[in-house]
Formats: sequence, C-alpha cells, structure tokens
Amino acid sequence: MVPGVEGFMYPNEVELQWSLLIVLYPYITGLVAGAFILASLERVFKVEAVRPTYRLALLTALGFLLVAPLPLQLHLGHPERSVEMYLTPHRSSAMAMFGFVYLWYLMVVLLVEVWLEYRVDIVRLAQSTTGLRRILYRVLTLGSDNVSPEARRIDDKVSYIVTVIGIPSAFLLHGYVGFIFGSVKANPWWSTPLMPVVFLFSAMVSGIAAVLVLYMVLMKVEKKPIDMPCLDTIAKYLFYTFVIDFSLEMLDLVHRTYEADESFRTLDFMVHTRLWGSQVILQIILGTLVPLALLAANQLWRFSEIRRKTMYLVASLLTLVGIFAMRWNVVIGGQLFSKSFLGYTTYKVSFAAKEGLLPAIGLMILPFLIVIALVKLLPPWEGETSKI
Amino acid sequence: MIRPALVLLAGVVIFLIIRAAVVPKDFGKYGHYRPGALDMIAALPVSYAGSSQCAPCHEDEAKVHDAGKHASVHCEACHGPLAKHADDPEANVPKLPDVANLCRRCHEKDAAKPRSFPQVDTVAHSQGMVCNTCHQPHNPHL
Amino acid sequence: MELSRRDLFKIGGKILVLASAGATLEELMGAAPEPEVYRRADHWWGMIIDIDKCIGCGNCVRGCSQENHVPAGYYRTWVERYQIEEGKQPQVDSPDGAMQGFPIATREGVKSFFVPKLCNHCADSPCVQVCPVGATFVSPDGVVLVDETYCLGCRYCIQACPYGCRYLHPVKHTVDKCSLCYHRITKGLTTACCENCPTGARQLVDFKNPKDPVHEFLRNNKVEVLKPYMATQAKVYYKNLDGAVR
Repeated sequence: MVPGVEGFMYPNEVELQWSLLIVLYPYITGLVAGAFILASLERVFKVEAVRPTYRLALLTALGFLLVAPLPLQLHLGHPERSVEMYLTPHRSSAMAMFGFVYLWYLMVVLLVEVWLEYRVDIVRLAQSTTGLRRILYRVLTLGSDNVSPEARRIDDKVSYIVTVIGIPSAFLLHGYVGFIFGSVKANPWWSTPLMPVVFLFSAMVSGIAAVLVLYMVLMKVEKKPIDMPCLDTIAKYLFYTFVIDFSLEMLDLVHRTYEADESFRTLDFMVHTRLWGSQVILQIILGTLVPLALLAANQLWRFSEIRRKTMYLVASLLTLVGIFAMRWNVVIGGQLFSKSFLGYTTYKVSFAAKEGLLPAIGLMILPFLIVIALVKLLPPWEGETSKI
Repeated sequence: MIRPALVLLAGVVIFLIIRAAVVPKDFGKYGHYRPGALDMIAALPVSYAGSSQCAPCHEDEAKVHDAGKHASVHCEACHGPLAKHADDPEANVPKLPDVANLCRRCHEKDAAKPRSFPQVDTVAHSQGMVCNTCHQPHNPHL
Repeated sequence: MELSRRDLFKIGGKILVLASAGATLEELMGAAPEPEVYRRADHWWGMIIDIDKCIGCGNCVRGCSQENHVPAGYYRTWVERYQIEEGKQPQVDSPDGAMQGFPIATREGVKSFFVPKLCNHCADSPCVQVCPVGATFVSPDGVVLVDETYCLGCRYCIQACPYGCRYLHPVKHTVDKCSLCYHRITKGLTTACCENCPTGARQLVDFKNPKDPVHEFLRNNKVEVLKPYMATQAKVYYKNLDGAVR
C-alpha cells in the first residue's frame, strides 16, 4: 500500500508536481490583471467615479507583477536556466509565451503607464526633495522635465493608447495561464475551452476586490475620508464581474454533470471527499455565494454608509479567499486523482521547504510591502505626499 | 516619449547580443532542441552486454541453454548486468544468482499468469529443497 | 639488374594472386567487418507487447533500473496487475512498480493479467508540444528524449503526458523518463527491458526495417495502443489488451 494513495495511481503520479507555489502564481497575476482592468475603467471607459483609485490600482498591479515570477523561480528544478525561455522559446508551448508576455506587460504597459501618469509629480519631486531621493527622482524623469500643458496633453493621449493596448495585454497575461491548464488534454479536470475565460473573470474579480480592500485600508491609515461614490462604483463592477464569473463556473459544473463522461465519476468523488472543504465550503459558499449576496443586496436596497463599508469589506475579503480557493482547486485538484480514474493521492503542504507554506506566506506579504514602498515613492493622491 | 522608447530599444539590442552568444549554433537543426543531446544520450554507458557477448567464452553453457526451454531467456535476465564482466572478465567476477528466489519470481503459481506458462506452488513442489537440486537452470525441463 | 617487361608482369601477377588469396582467406576466417555506422534516418523505433505472455516477474523493471540508474521510488517502466470481477471496477496494483514482481495474491475466479507500461514514444507527443524551451523532443529516429542539460524542471511535460511515464529526478532536478535505451539501440543492442524479459512479452521494433517482425505482428493480430482517443500516435502496440486497461 502506498501511503496517501487510495485505489490505484500510476507509480509516477503519486507525488504532486505542481505545488502551493503554482497555486499562488495565477492568483498573483490575476490580481495584476484585475487591478489593471479597474484602472482602465477610468481611463478608457470614462467611469469618472473610480478616478480616486486610478493611481493606487496601477501601483497595486505593479507591486504584484514584480513578485509574480518569484513563485515560479522557487518551483523550477533549475531556475538558473529559466532564461532559456527567452533564448529558445518553443512556440507550441503556452508556457514559453510567459517570458515575453510578462516582459511586454511589465515594460510597455505598466512601467510606461505609471511613468506617464506620474511624470509631472516626478519632475516636481525631483526639484523639491534632497539627497538620495532627489537622485532617484531625477533618474526616473529619464532626463525629460517638460511639463508644459502641451506635453501633458501628449502624455494623456499616449496614456490612453497604452491603456487600450493594456487591456488585451492584461487579458493575455492572465488568460495564457488559463490556457496552460485548459489545453492539457491528458487532464480532464483542466481540459476545457472555458478555462482561460474562467481564470480571467475570476482574476478580474480578485483584482477589483484587492483594490477595494487596499483603498479602504489606505484611507483608514491616512485618516482620509473614503469617496463613497467611488467605492459604490467599484462594488458595482465587482458585482457584475462576479455574476459573469459565477455563471461561467456553474456552466462548467452543469455541463460536466450532464454529460457525465468517463472522468465524471472520479472527479465527482474527488470533489465530494478531498475537495469538499476547499471547493464547496470555501470557494462556492463562502467565497462566491456570500459575497454575491452582500453585493446584490446593495444593488437592490440602500444601506447606510457604515453598513455599506462593512458589507463591501467583508465581501471583498471573502472574495479574495474564495478566488485563492478556486486556484487551489484547479491546480491541486487536477493532480489528486489518477489519470487511470482508479485512485486518488493526497497533498501534504510542507512548511519550511522550498515550495512550502512559509515561502508562500512570504510571497503573499511581499507585494504589499512593495506597494507600500511604491506609495511612499509615488504618492497616489495627486499633488500631495503620502503620510506613511 | 522618445526616452522610454530608447530604453526599450537598448534592452532589445542587449538581449539579441546575449542570445547570439549563448544559444548553440546548431540548435534547431533536427527540431526545436539541441542536436548535441542525441550524441550525449547515445554515449551513455551500457550495463547489460547481451547474450551474444556471453557465448564466445561460455560455449558449453550456451549450448546446453540453447537446447532447452530457457533458450529464449537471455543470460543476464538471471545473471544480472554483466557488461563490465564482458569487458574485463578477470577483474569483474559476477556472483551466482540466489537460485530459490530467482526461480520463484517467474514460476510461482499465480492466477494472473498465462495458464500455459509453467508455474507451481513452490513450497509444495520443492519439499524444502532448493530448485537446482533437481533442475539444471540452463536447461530445466525434466 | 635490368628488369624486362616480362619480369615485371611476372612479379606483378604474383603480387596480385597473393593479395587476393590473402583477402579471401581473411574473409573465410571471419575477420570483423567494419562497424556499421548508425544512421538515424534509417530507423523508426517502437515496441510491441504481448499481454498474454507477460508473467509479471518484474525483470524488465529491475533491468531498466540497473541499466539507467533509475532512482528508487521512480519508474521508467512498470508493470500493473489487473483483476477484473464481472460488473465491478477493475482492481489494479503495481507494488513498487513491480520491481520485485507481485505478491502472490491474485484472486481466483476473476479475469487477471499483467500490463507492462513505459513511455509510448508518441510520434505526435503532447509532452514535446508543451515543453517551453525544447528540452524534450522526438529524435529523428522516433525516440522521445530529454536533454538533461537543458531541462528547467518546470514539469509541464509531466502534466501533459496522458500515460504517467515521466517523473522529476530527485537528484538532477530535471525530468526523466524511458529513453528506449537510446544508448543501447544506437549500438545494435536491444533495450534493457526486452533483454531481460524471459518470455518475449516485450520486443523492441523498428518500423523502418522491412524485415522487422513488427509488420507481421501488426497484420496478424488485434492490437491497440493505450488511450487511442488522445491521438498521440503512440508507438507501443499491445496485443490482446483488455478494454478495461487505462
């Protein structure tokens, strides 16, 4: 009897290949995509109400994007060879696209976008600060200190174009991860054309929820009043996106149950036993239905400001947990059952190992630290410096 | 706007230079891989020599073996990997196999084995004796 | 001394006769012929497995493990035992990949048999398709190999293989799998598993060799590959494979 195995697994299948860190990676890039989409709501779709969170959303996206390759590097057997993905990318592999899509998004979209948005402030700060900070700001100006109205108009125009390009780029950045799973014909839990779409919408949900939480927390820390129309609008978009995401996931579930092909019995059993807590309780009930109810209630009835803030905060926090659970269920769930459909294995998360819980927690905290540093460097509230 | 574009361009140029220096020139010759890998893998050392290497020195055993029911069983299937012995017979003297466990592994009676395959309940069949008390392993049929 | 033309002919003729006699003698004595150079384009490797001949002795697993230094707990090849009771789900086991054979515990009265498994060296391989850098590939002679100096250890190929034949080498941290004993077959030897199989259940075949027994085998027997609906163009053919086998 093989420890942890119920039934029969191919001998090489018993040990899981993609661990907690690979659950973390799509979660992080999802937050990036979602935060950017929220930012683009203002710039491209002219939803003025969310303007107060525009800069914060960009910095959040940047912070998470910088951390995104780290779980992958920790996972690789030979991280020093990861540069091979840039040197000899295999064009038939979705994973090979990662290096280029990531680089494209980081360089062209995020950094250019952030630079354009902050250019005026950077120039002002380069002139008003001293010492190390002054040098840093001067480097960031890239030598240009033209802040005339003409220059600003060009900035806005280019920024608009970059955001327009940025929306499909954000879709690509996270959608390709969904395709990495969705195109594996060997794994029936993963193989569905819906996978990239489900990943994308759940990414948008998590990103919007993350910005909402960050905004509320940051306002509290800076002792500033929350712009309620902004918050209400973010919550509204969170609700709409969540409805689409939930519908897609239910569609997948109903379709599988209805067709009941050979894999169904195995997968059904797996969900009812090994994934019961993470899928049914955490992802569906607590992570989707409760937040949807809270958000829907706000579309149907008017609550007091305090009540709304509480409901939004709770809904967003639950959403963030729920979307993490979704990633867990896809990645880990896909490896818990045998491709012979005759057995199951178990996943034991190690603690202080290279791919264990400790580095995972560290990698989740790191982006927030980076965002805090970015907020100190590039204040999200126009014309002021941050009090952090 | 020129400045960020220049920074990006510089990056691309540096990347292309690194690529030309690091990637092997013949990468992609047969497919998307390093052709050197084929030779690298083909050059790995061999552990099993093959029966044709045993016969020239062990003619008598080979003759007995080829005449019996074990003719299709190659020498190293029982005697283990012996390429080292074939290269330098004096220096690498092989150990004789543990007869009882060896014979049992194939010939213990089991319902999953093909019915036509010779199999016995070895405990009852052997009556405590080791298999080669009665059976000559190279030509075992009595 | 002056050599006349006549003398020259005489000496030349003697040399010619002696030389040809010598060459003929050498051939008759069986001198080693020039070693044949292995030409990859002349071969297209695969394997045929006869389920009715496999006795589950595990010799193939042990042989492969020795030949290829396979780390304990991982398997380039393994044997599964199926026990199928009518109307029930098959009961399958593979204790340590059948490294020590099987414990004699097969139930009487149910359909039971052994299924040796290995990398199917698919011609349209899904594992090769997903490798991001080109560390795994189909060789020109049809063997799916891993370049261990190039593999990143991302494990995407392990996820993409429908047959579960790949694993991550615990020491090298690169992906490893059956190489069809490429280092042996390119030298005219057979694979370690086939060499050690006592019943001839496993046989290495070369589809490009017109004299290879595979052509008759495929023509005269009912054969199947594992998971044909995956359309991987697997090159390991099983004779008398039961439909319950996954």
